[in-house]
Order: sequence, then structure tokens, then C-alpha cells
Amino acid sequence: MSLKSYVTSRVLLTIPMVFLLLTLVFVIIRVMPGDPALLHFERHVSPEVLAEFRRRLGLDLPIWQQYINYIAGLFRGDFGISMQDYSPIIQHLHARFPATLELSIYSGLFAVVFGVILGVISARKYDTTTDHSIRLLAIVTYAIPVFFLGMIFQIIFSVWLRILPSGLRFDPHYTPPPTITGLYTIDSLLTGNIWAFGISIRYLLLPSVTLGIILLGIFIRLTRTNMLETQQSDFVMSAKARGLSSFSITYRYSLKNAFLPILTMIGIQVAILLAGAVLTETTFSWPGLGTYLVDRIYHRDYTAIQGTVVFFAIMVAVVTLAVDILYAYFDPRIRL
Amino acid sequence: MTNLLQIENLSVEYKTRRGIARAVDNVFLNLEENKTLGLAGESGCGKSTLGLSIMRLVPHPGRINEGKILFNLDESLIFEGGSVEKGQIDLMQLDDNQMRAIRGRKLAYIFQDPMTSLNPLIRIGDHFTEIIQAHEEDVKKDEAINRGEEILETLGILPERITDYPHQFSGGMRQRVMIGLGIALRPRLLIADEPTTALDVIVEAQILDELATLKKQFNLSMLLITHNLGVLAQTADDIAIMYTGRVMEIAKTESLFEDPKHPYTQCLLKAVPDVRKPDKTLAWIAGAPPDLIDPIPGCMFRPRCEFAMEICATQPPPLEKLDTGQRVACYLYTKGVSKK
Amino acid sequence: MIEVKNLVKYFPVQKGFMDALFTREKDFVKAVDDVSFKIEKGEIFGLAGESGSGKTTVGRLCVRLTPATSGEIIFEGQDITKIKGKQLRLLKRRLQITFQDPTSSLNPRMTIGNAIADALRLQNIGTRTEQRKQTEDALERVGLSPASAFYDRYPHQLSGGQRQRVIFARAFILRPAFVVTDEPVAMVDVSIRAQILNLMRDLQKELDLTYLYITHDLATARHICDRIGIMYLGKFFEIADSRAIYENALHPYTVGLMSAIPVPDPKAEKSEAIPTGEIPSPINPPPGCRFHPRCPRAFERCPKEEPELLLVEKNHWVACHLYSD
Ligand SMILES: Nc1ncnc2c1ncn2[C@@H]1O[C@H](COP(=O)(O)OP(=O)(O)OP(=O)(O)O)[C@@H](O)[C@H]1O
Ligand SMILES: Nc1ncnc2c1ncn2[C@@H]1O[C@H](COP(=O)(O)OP(=O)(O)OP(=O)(O)O)[C@@H](O)[C@H]1O
Ligand code: SF4
Ligand SMILES: [Mg+2]
Ligand SMILES: [Mg+2]
Repeated sequence: MSLKSYVTSRVLLTIPMVFLLLTLVFVIIRVMPGDPALLHFERHVSPEVLAEFRRRLGLDLPIWQQYINYIAGLFRGDFGISMQDYSPIIQHLHARFPATLELSIYSGLFAVVFGVILGVISARKYDTTTDHSIRLLAIVTYAIPVFFLGMIFQIIFSVWLRILPSGLRFDPHYTPPPTITGLYTIDSLLTGNIWAFGISIRYLLLPSVTLGIILLGIFIRLTRTNMLETQQSDFVMSAKARGLSSFSITYRYSLKNAFLPILTMIGIQVAILLAGAVLTETTFSWPGLGTYLVDRIYHRDYTAIQGTVVFFAIMVAVVTLAVDILYAYFDPRIRL
Repeated sequence: MTNLLQIENLSVEYKTRRGIARAVDNVFLNLEENKTLGLAGESGCGKSTLGLSIMRLVPHPGRINEGKILFNLDESLIFEGGSVEKGQIDLMQLDDNQMRAIRGRKLAYIFQDPMTSLNPLIRIGDHFTEIIQAHEEDVKKDEAINRGEEILETLGILPERITDYPHQFSGGMRQRVMIGLGIALRPRLLIADEPTTALDVIVEAQILDELATLKKQFNLSMLLITHNLGVLAQTADDIAIMYTGRVMEIAKTESLFEDPKHPYTQCLLKAVPDVRKPDKTLAWIAGAPPDLIDPIPGCMFRPRCEFAMEICATQPPPLEKLDTGQRVACYLYTKGVSKK
Repeated sequence: MIEVKNLVKYFPVQKGFMDALFTREKDFVKAVDDVSFKIEKGEIFGLAGESGSGKTTVGRLCVRLTPATSGEIIFEGQDITKIKGKQLRLLKRRLQITFQDPTSSLNPRMTIGNAIADALRLQNIGTRTEQRKQTEDALERVGLSPASAFYDRYPHQLSGGQRQRVIFARAFILRPAFVVTDEPVAMVDVSIRAQILNLMRDLQKELDLTYLYITHDLATARHICDRIGIMYLGKFFEIADSRAIYENALHPYTVGLMSAIPVPDPKAEKSEAIPTGEIPSPINPPPGCRFHPRCPRAFERCPKEEPELLLVEKNHWVACHLYSD
């Protein structure tokens, strides 16, 4: 099978999967006990208000009609409207997605870079004190709850040392860089605004390191076990027997071959990364999708919750797809 | 005749959770220039460990405890940051860089399983470039590939397949590639660890034939490790029989098959089937080799040996040369020992 | 005892989703491609050939571990390819198979006693104490005695030969009539191979068994088999008494196979021409005689016409155009 036909078939397979996910989200929101409209208001409202509310949200239609509208809407990029102010949810998602993306990218980068470096060290120093300490670190970071670690960092760096902000995405006294990509670090560089770049990095540091550390353990362990496995594999043994240097064996062989399982793991981790992002964002009042979701949950805004969850689901599907395709690209055994 | 390789008093141990396993125990071996030495014995007797010790590549948690591995280097090697003088050198005394310069260039090793011995992510050609450039830094990629193609051709593989990945090759072809990589730099000694065990008989016979041709063509010496005595009968000049990490007998191939001295060798030969003599009754050796972690005193073959005497339980019998030329580690041949 | 008629087993080749969508034609691994043979009661029938020739697949088909694509297997007067349900479970008691790799066919976390008794439990035979008793008998019978010393051991505490015995004990405890043994000595050291083969013979006499003995090692097959069939790419090339296979091999492939086997005799002269090349893919086997691209004696007819398995001498079947008139 050529890479091209692998990609096409993989893309085609993703479509029913996403469809299933969308349906699932729809069903779950409907089967929850209680009437969303009533629950939204909490207190008693007049039947007329309620009827008008239902009509505008389309909740008065039969379920199958709602479902069709929902799916058809999604195809047009319409994620529904919010219960609170009838504003299109896509607007909120659009406004907040870059923040989450930026946080995810930097924390993912942190986790992968340090995870791989520590994993390589750990594997190369197999069964020494260094190895044991790194493994311990991996276990500890994996076990710490995000908000706890975030709080500790806030206390140390914002309260005691007062060198880093404890929350938000940008200094409220200044205007953020103009939106090009929506990622402040990139936009400030694109507009040549070093000052804004510095500020955005300062604000990014704590949340992304916090989330990065949480994800770090997984990558350390993954890199370490895969490096060890390849190091003991026959082809690394025979590479050594051919007199290749230990540098090229570590990097060209062990790491390159360990990279494929790491790549898969990245794919599996997106969901965890996003879940972690939600918690991190709330801890640091980071104005991303996570805080939006939590805020909407707090207001029992079911339509917005549905829209955000659907958005997350699509994200996970797309990243998984991308990772699978990358995997096929790197592993000659798949593109037969 | 000069010895290309001379192993003296070599011992290798694996430190395992259950205890220390002495996989190679006090081994002496000689390999003459342009000869093939066969190394045979049951599974787990330490053949691979011995082979890997020569490369100084015993895997964790193994360690070479003591011994000399004397190798006759035919030319001085100079490489970035060091050199090795020609003449007889003790491989045990070399540092990592010196050892690396010798591996692949003067000593080549072929592993048992061709399916897993090539890196699945890189092309056959890159395997050739890698080894050639690791030892001859000024060789360009094109030239290395050309040399790879020539080698593939001598092994009966179409040269244009050099751009393939290992999984596109059959087992026999991969083992040919492994052999090709082994001889790419015209080494002096080729250590082949069960090179055909994973292959079918017909391909096995083809590859053994090719190895014999290459050996002549390149003046190679070979250490051929196998558990199949039939393979050695056709290819080896001398054979060493190992058991539980010790060498039990070393002899010329003909004399080993015609007049085996050690009781273990005798039993082993009676157990080997022969298609040309299908009516031969096969014997077997009752019991199993002792656990290396919990070795028994004296001769390790004693519990399975029909000639065992009292003295056999005292000290391991030394490897002694008989008047007929064989070397045997058995008290039956020690002068002054009264036989029961 | 067991008669196989026109047995076929094709495995569909895993293809990409797209290829499956857009090409109607499916590719198959023709693992077993129309074979017929008979095994007499009390016989040890050897099945030999190179890797991938379909030996294991034939064995698995004979004990109903794999469903056949087409064809019949008559066992005790019944076509077993069609049996279902409770009858199938009872049938499986009478048909047993031991697998190629003794290490991976034993659960490393189960004591060998339990592993053997498990076969009884699955078939609901006897009470706990009876099961234990029978298991100990079985261990003794395969030479693992005293049984009590072995019952509670784990597979890793046994040598390769002992593990193979455990596998036999497990296969024989249900008192089968027909046993397929898939390469029972391939992973066992030469020094004890003959012992394992002897054990198989003893068990056969004691329990009145019929064997299908699968091997790629023709050198040892002689010591146990009454008749031998040679397979290549899913077809039988030659079936004969084992003496005839060794002393009077007719098919060029059998001759090549024999001459390739290393002889433990330094004086033996170098064998004649060894077939060139390697076994081709079973997905698209060569047309005509499947062996013709490698055959030293091939002639015009070979690539055009597939030779049939014909009786050319007494009890000696060959599928080769050299013998087809
Ligand atoms: N990595 C290891 N850790 C612990 N013990 C080991 C290790 N490798 C080998 N051994 C032990 O050392 C002994 C010799 O092993 P070795 O692989 O050299 O035997 P061998 O003769 O090559 O066997 P085979 O024919 O099965 O390849 C064995 O008893 C084995 O259990
Ligand atoms: N479950 C399966 N799915 C797809 N193909 C299979 C399956 N089992 C076997 N095959 C294919 O069928 C062919 C015959 O396999 P089989 O295992 O019967 O050969 P064998 O003669 O036993 O070989 P070996 O000596 O290697 O055990 C092979 O090409 C194999 O790849
Ligand atoms: S039929 Fe032809 S090709 Fe096939 S084995 Fe006989 S002679 Fe060879
Ligand atoms: Mg070995
Ligand atoms: Mg098989």
C-alpha cells in the first residue's frame, strides 16, 4: 500500500469515527436527568419566557430534528448558540482557542523535550543513581495533581519571589499584540514587538511549565523503556559490532527507533493534554477553552458545554489522525 | 602457522538476581590464520558469550572477569583521537575508541537472527554507508553505495535493491546482507554466530557455500558458532566442543568425528542424526546440564557421564593435549589417574 | 483413521481499506491448496517441508483449530469440517495438537500441574482429586517423576526438554485418538531429541495413538515416521514410506531437500546441486509446477501444466512431470 492510499483510507476512516463522537456527545447531553432549560434558570421563570427561550435555542423541536440541525450546523461550522446570551458559540471558541493552543504547544514542547532528554540520560546511565533519580522524578510528576503543583508554583514565584505573574495571559495594563495567529508569542514576534513577546513569555511560563511537568513523567518513562529496548535489540548489537560510534548508535538507532512509540504516545496523550489544559487554565485563570468550559458548566449553559466538548472531540480526532499519518511516514514497514 | 586469535584463560560472568552465572569458564582457544574454527555445544553453554567477548560486547549484566584475547593485527590503525599499533595485541587492554576501530574493520560478527539484525527504519544502502564511513571517514556516500552494490552482487542480490528497506527482503537475503556488511571492510576474522540456524535447509546450504567461497576470496579466518555438528563437518578445520562454559575438547574436524575422545563428544555424536545413514540408532544423554548459577565441583559433565570416577568430583579436569593431537578436558586421559 | 480430501485453506491477505474498496479481487495466501492424503490407524505420518509450505496449517485443520476453506476431513467415518456445538467439544477431546514452541505454549504464571489439569477442567472431567491424580499419572508417564516434585513448578523452572514433556502430558491426558505434533523437537537440544522421540513412540504404543508429525528436519523424521509427505507451497510433492523417501526419493525437490541437509561426516562428498533461490510467495505461486523456477530438471511442460500427485510405485506418490506418464 502506498503512503497516499494509506492516508486517504485513514482520513476516510476518521469520518465515521468523528460522526460517532458527535452523536455520543449529543446523546449524553440529552439523557442527563432534568430539563436543561429549567436547570439553566435555577429559579422559577414564567412559562412564556421559557417557551421563548426554548424556541430560540431550537429546544422545542422533536429530538430527531434537533439532531439533524445539530449535525448540519456543525458542517457549516455552527456550534450552536449559548443559553446565556444567544451568542454563537463558535465566536467564543474562536476567541479562546489560540490561548489553549499556545499553552498546549509550550507545555507539550516542554514535556517532550525534557522528557526525551531525561529519558535518554536515564537509559544511557541504566541502573545507576542518576537513572534511579530520574525514574523517581517521573513517577512523582505523574502523580502530582495539576492544581496542587500550580498553586505551589504560584506561592513560590508570585507570592514569595514576586518574579512571575500568578495568572492571566497578558499584562492588563498593556494591549496584547494584534491578532495574526492568535498566539501572543508568535504575533508579537511577527510584529517585531519584543516587549510584548517578553510579557507573553512571562505569563506563559508558570502554566506551561506546570502542565509540562505533569506530562513529563510519561515521556521520560516512554523514552527510557524504548531506548533500553532498542539498545538491547539485535540490530543495535550488530551496529556496535560494526564499529559504529556510540553517538550514532544512541541517536541514529536507539532514539530514532524509540521515536515511533513516542509519536504514538503523543497521539494518545492529546486527550490527557487537553484535560490537563482545562485544569491548568482554571488554576492560572488562563483565558482559554478550559476556563470557558468551566465557566459554562458553572452557568449550566448546556448548549455551550455541548459545543465546547464537540470542539475538543474534533481536536482529538484530528491530532490522532495527524499522528497516525506521521507514523506511517516515518515507518517504512507501514507504507509497504 | 601463526595464530590470528589466541584466547587465554578467559572467564565471563553474568550477575543475575539469582546469583552469578559463569557462562565462560577458563577458556583457552587458538585460531590459525585462514582457518575455520567451529564452536559447538548445547544451548546455553556459552558459545555466544564467548563470541561476543572477542568483540568485547558482552551484554549487561555480563562482564569479562579475566583473561587475554590476543589478536594479530596486520596493519596499524589510525583514527581520530588515537591509534592501534600492528602486531599481536591484547584486545582486553584496548580502550573503547581503539576497540571501535577494530570492530567491523578487523573483526566482523554475524548474528543468528537475520530478521532482527538490521535496523528496520533505514535502507540497506545506508547500512553500508554507515559502516564504511565509520571506518573510512573520507569516503563519499556515492562511493560507499557503489561498494555496497558490488558486495550485494557477489552475494547474488540485484544491486538496485540497495535502496530497499530490510522488511522487503526475505530471511535468506537479509542474512546475505548481514554477511555483506560483515565483509565490507575485508576483516581478518569473521565470527558467525549460528548464521543459518534461523533459515531453511536449502538456504542454509546456499549460505554456507557462499561463506566458504568468500572465505577463500578474502583470506578470512572464521569462528563458526553452531549447535549443529553437521554444519561443522563440512566447513570447519578444527572444532571446539563446549559444555557449561568450559571447552571439553578441541580437535581437527576429522579426528573429532572419527575418534572423539571426551565422553561428552562421544555421546553428542551418537545423538546426531544423519540423512545418509537413516538407520543409525540415535542415542541421547540422560539428564540436563547443571545450573550455571549453582555449579557442581569437578567435571560438570559428571552427573551425565557413564565413566565418572571419584576424582571427577574434585577439581575441574584441565584441558590437556594428547599424543594424538586432540586437547581434552577429562580425567580418563590424565596420566596417573587410576580408572575404575 | 483420518482421510483428507481436496482440503483447501486460503487466508485473505490484509489489504488497505482503499484497495479493498476499489479492487474487487481479493488476494489470498494459498496456505493449503487442494491436498488429499490418508493416515492409517496406529501410523506416524510425517509432514515435512520448508518454512511456509503449509505444514502447521494442515495440522491445525486436522484438529479443527482452523476452519477449512473447502474440502473434507473424514475422521472415524464422519466429515469433521461440518461438526458444531457439543459434538465438536467432544470431538476435540479425541483430536489434540501440540504447538511448535514449548515455551510460548505454556502460561508462565501457571504451575505445570495446573496447566495440565486445566485440560480436564475445561472438559469437566472428574472431581478435583481425580483431576490431580490423573495429572500426576500423566506427569509420571512422560517421565517427570516423582510427579509431586514437578506438579507445583513453573515453566521457567524446567529445561526445554522437560517443557516439551509437559506439553505432551497436557495433550495426552484427554486420551485422544489422533495427535498432531508440530515440530516437537525443533527447540530441544540434539542431545535429548532421541529421548523425546522415544517417549512419543512409547506413548503411542501405550495409548494406541495415531500421529501427524510435523517437522522441517528430515534427518530426525526417519527415526519416528512410518510414512512421510513432502509439502511445498501448499501442495504435496511426494508421499511414500519413510524408507523410500530416504533411499529412493523421486521428486527433484525432495532430492534437493535431502542433499541440502548437513551431513555429520567430514568425509562425505559435497552434495549435488542444491536448488537455487528461495521459496516464492504463496500468494501468487508460480504457474504449472510450483517448483519449476528452482528445479534443476525442469523442462517445457513444467511451467505450463500443474503435475498431479500420482501413484508411480507401490505406495509411492509423486507430483512431477518427470513421472507423469
Ligand atoms: N543477558 C544475560 N543475563 C543473564 N544470563 C545470561 C545472559 N546472557 C546469557 N546468559 C547466560 O549465560 C549462559 C550462556 O549463554 P549463551 O547465550 O552464551 O549460550 P549459547 O551457547 O550461545 O546458547 P544458544 O545456543 O542458546 O545461543 C546461559 O546459561 C545463559 O543463561
Ligand atoms: N492465520 C494466518 N493468516 C494469514 N496467513 C497465514 C496464517 N497462518 C499461516 N499463514 C500463511 O500460510 C502459509 C503457510 O503457513 P504454515 O504456518 O502452515 O507453514 P509451516 O509449513 O508450518 O511453516 P513453518 O515451518 O515456518 O512453521 C504461510 O505463508 C503463512 O504466512
Ligand atoms: S515437475 Fe518439473 S519442475 Fe516440477 S519438480 Fe518435476 S521436473 Fe521439477
Ligand atoms: Mg547463542
Ligand atoms: Mg509451522
